[in-house]
Amino acid sequence: MSTLLEVSGVSVSFDGFRAINNLSFQIGQAEMRAVIGPNGAGKTTFMDIITGKTKPDAGRVLWGDKSQSLLAMSESQIAQAGVGRKFQRPTVFEDQSVADNLMLALRKNRSPLSVLRFRASAQDHGKVAEIAQEIGLEAALHRKAGELSHGQKQWLEIGMLLAQDPQLLLVDEPAAGMTPAEREHTTALLVEAAKTRAVVVVEHDMEFVRRLDCKVTVLHEGSVLAEGTLDRVTSDEKVIEVYLGR
Amino acid sequence: MTDTAPSSLSKYSGGAGAEPPRLATPSGGAKPLVQRHPSVLIFIGCLALFTLGITILAEGFGIGVISTSFVKTLGKTLCLCLVALAMDLVWGYTGILSLGHMAFFGIGGYAIGMWLMYARTELIVVESLAQAPLPPTPQEISDGIAAQIFGVVGASEFPPIWAVAHSLPLQLAAVVLVPGLIALVFGWLAFRSRVTGVYLSILTQAMTLALALYLFQNDSGLRGNNGLSGLQNLPGLGDVPQSTVSMWFLWASAAALGLGYLFCAWIVSGKFGSVLRAIRDDEARVRFLGYSVEAYKLFIFTVTAVIAGIAGALYYPQAGIINPAEIAPIASIYLAVWVAIGGRGRLYGAVIGAAFVSLLSTWFTGGQAPDINLGPYTIQWVDWWTILLGLSFVAVTLFAPKGIGGLIVIIERRTTPNRHGADLGPDPGALREKEAET
Repeated sequence: MSTLLEVSGVSVSFDGFRAINNLSFQIGQAEMRAVIGPNGAGKTTFMDIITGKTKPDAGRVLWGDKSQSLLAMSESQIAQAGVGRKFQRPTVFEDQSVADNLMLALRKNRSPLSVLRFRASAQDHGKVAEIAQEIGLEAALHRKAGELSHGQKQWLEIGMLLAQDPQLLLVDEPAAGMTPAEREHTTALLVEAAKTRAVVVVEHDMEFVRRLDCKVTVLHEGSVLAEGTLDRVTSDEKVIEVYLGR
Repeated sequence: MTDTAPSSLSKYSGGAGAEPPRLATPSGGAKPLVQRHPSVLIFIGCLALFTLGITILAEGFGIGVISTSFVKTLGKTLCLCLVALAMDLVWGYTGILSLGHMAFFGIGGYAIGMWLMYARTELIVVESLAQAPLPPTPQEISDGIAAQIFGVVGASEFPPIWAVAHSLPLQLAAVVLVPGLIALVFGWLAFRSRVTGVYLSILTQAMTLALALYLFQNDSGLRGNNGLSGLQNLPGLGDVPQSTVSMWFLWASAAALGLGYLFCAWIVSGKFGSVLRAIRDDEARVRFLGYSVEAYKLFIFTVTAVIAGIAGALYYPQAGIINPAEIAPIASIYLAVWVAIGGRGRLYGAVIGAAFVSLLSTWFTGGQAPDINLGPYTIQWVDWWTILLGLSFVAVTLFAPKGIGGLIVIIERRTTPNRHGADLGPDPGALREKEAET
């Protein structure tokens, strides 16, 4: 399996605090990975680095077959290259309809001039309807995203990610604030997505991670503490110490 | 709700399979602009009726009930509505609170004013030199024009920026290009450095202040604080009465406003408008969707600067004079106030705000408003108008953030509830009170 994303020796500090310390991480083309770790372990910073929001002080972030460096690219370029990100707090455009939100995310030319000339074809509308169905919002297509419930917003954001059709999906605590029923649905969506692309899920909830049934990377103080199956990492001495020791 | 958990996924697909899913409901896209935005048609209709009405009532071609000076006021108001549209596009839709757009408006005015002044002075100079025994050389004519125009600031030579002032097409190009280029360079520097929010507003204020201060200098090449004057006289058309000229400009301003409205409606409808509003609401999220936020901001900033330039080029020939005070920072703040009072994020809101506030301002400051005698103190509206305006701005911001345009929305909602029959309750499995309690 070829590597899609390779992060090696990355460090970043904020005002002297080392948020990420010599972190290395790899993920393949179609792989699900859960990233866990206590608060302040650097999970969100890790995502910020991959998506270009934060520039690391040292290290490399290489992407795709051509081993392109993501460090020289802007957030929008990285997103266009195929990295999709879902935030912990659902961020959808509340003032716009569900259909508009999905249409915005749909994989299309993003340059201003081509967007200005853009006319949604029947195919595009079909794709939007298809995704809406997948996330259970087909009846709410023309409602404003702001009217949706918290769980529906989470799904809409996942739907937007699917519409973006990224090669790598970074998902930050997708199950936060969801009911068990909604979690079930979210798990199914993510597992399905991981069949064709790489998915990195940052999660606190061990039960959710267990359901994902994938390789787990444990972060601690900005670097990788352990990696392997959930059972293996949870029986790891160091992990137990970090999670329960203090 | 937990008992339905395992069936959650299948329930959705099953529900959609039972009845044909609402696939490909072309809510936008295919329909023409006016059908998607009926307000465009209403607006163009109102504008046409207004123009026709004024044409009939004015002196130029009608029965003469309305004075020429009032026609000019109305024509100028239409130009202010146009620049308010630009402001709404950049602020109301994209969320960039630019407090410098009146600078572009002024630049447009200067650009057209240079040709007007040059061409008219040329006619006068040629006429006066015609009496001379020898026919004047082009250099003599040029020197004569320069002496006429720049005598007031103690210069007698054309500064380099007047190089194309003799040519109407080139100065018309400058109306569009100069504001566009300045906005492009300024915007590129500001947006590239991710300057946003109040810092960007301050930067735009600094830009307009710097421009005004520069123009106040006598050696700026634009006659310092004298500005350009006599712009109401069209070169070569001295015989045409102002009552007729004022109508021409009214029509031109109305046409520009109509076209500007159509253009803005086209920009904000569809996906581009969707991106703009998304940038306004959550810029970072738009970046992670793969849109280059900076490119969009730069595009809209430049386009609106061009619109402002065109509006200014139509405004100042009706005003007759332009001087650097017109570019003072306060002018751009007024522009923001009009749009806020009218209702930002709605094109008609911007137009209503600009028309309403600027006409009211003309009325109050023109001495027509009756002073209020409070015994020991008399409220003179010429002085108190600004305070009233400031108070209404505060009131609108606090109590009616949608402005006057918001009233129209309220009326609309009353007549046609905006519910499309979709389920309004929480989705199956959402956190209900029962679960929240446990």
